[in-house]
Amino acid sequence: MHAVVFAALGDETRLSLVAKLSGGQPRSIAQLTEGSKLTRQAITKHLRVLESVALAHSVRSGRENLFEFDPRPIEDARKYLDLVSEQWDQALARLKSFVEG
Amino acid sequence: MSDRIEKRIELKEPVSRVWRALTDYREFGEWFRVKLEGPFVPGQIARGKITHPGYEHVVWQAVVQKIEPERLFSFTWHPYGIDPKRDYSNETPTLVEFRLEKTKNGTLLVFTESGFDKIPSDRRAEAFRMNDGGWTQQMKNIEDYVARAS
Repeated sequence: MHAVVFAALGDETRLSLVAKLSGGQPRSIAQLTEGSKLTRQAITKHLRVLESVALAHSVRSGRENLFEFDPRPIEDARKYLDLVSEQWDQALARLKSFVEG
Repeated sequence: MSDRIEKRIELKEPVSRVWRALTDYREFGEWFRVKLEGPFVPGQIARGKITHPGYEHVVWQAVVQKIEPERLFSFTWHPYGIDPKRDYSNETPTLVEFRLEKTKNGTLLVFTESGFDKIPSDRRAEAFRMNDGGWTQQMKNIEDYVARAS
């Protein structure tokens, strides 16, 4: 089973990390840990999960490891859901006219 | 992010009529556009050829979960499992549920599909590519078909 975007985002901590990173500015683990009740280790673990589904990747900056956000998997996931949803809109509209017709 | 789809539609017909359209395999096939081999039975596979223009080569398949008369009809399936070369059987299916409620003017149908968090991300991309390549044309096909049929 491939790592999945929906599951990766089904967690409060990871959602808040995505929110912090989505401004586009790469951030260090220290910055991302700031204001959180969690330890650096815990934050790092969550960042690895995001990395595994390509929602984030690390970039080297001097001696520091920064994390950067990549929105593409979210866009793909949303488009997929939209697509399935659209199919159902059509099917249910056909059901409605079939029943009422 | 939400991992489910939910829709609510009002139908101007009694629950019994909507129930039949959902659970009689021939009536289901009319609006869903699939020619099913036989009736829906809980716990069993429902299978048939898609009759949707452009997808006639595709076999539709679902596993019927619940048939609670005039209340709940549900099945699991692999949404967009339309690539004949790909084996979808190892993937966790999504759950599709149709719930009916009597209203003053007829029936409220509450539709949900859930479990998208288990779908491999590469397959979501596949469905999207498919959409990107042919959906506009597909919409056109449907319009033409409807125009011809009416």
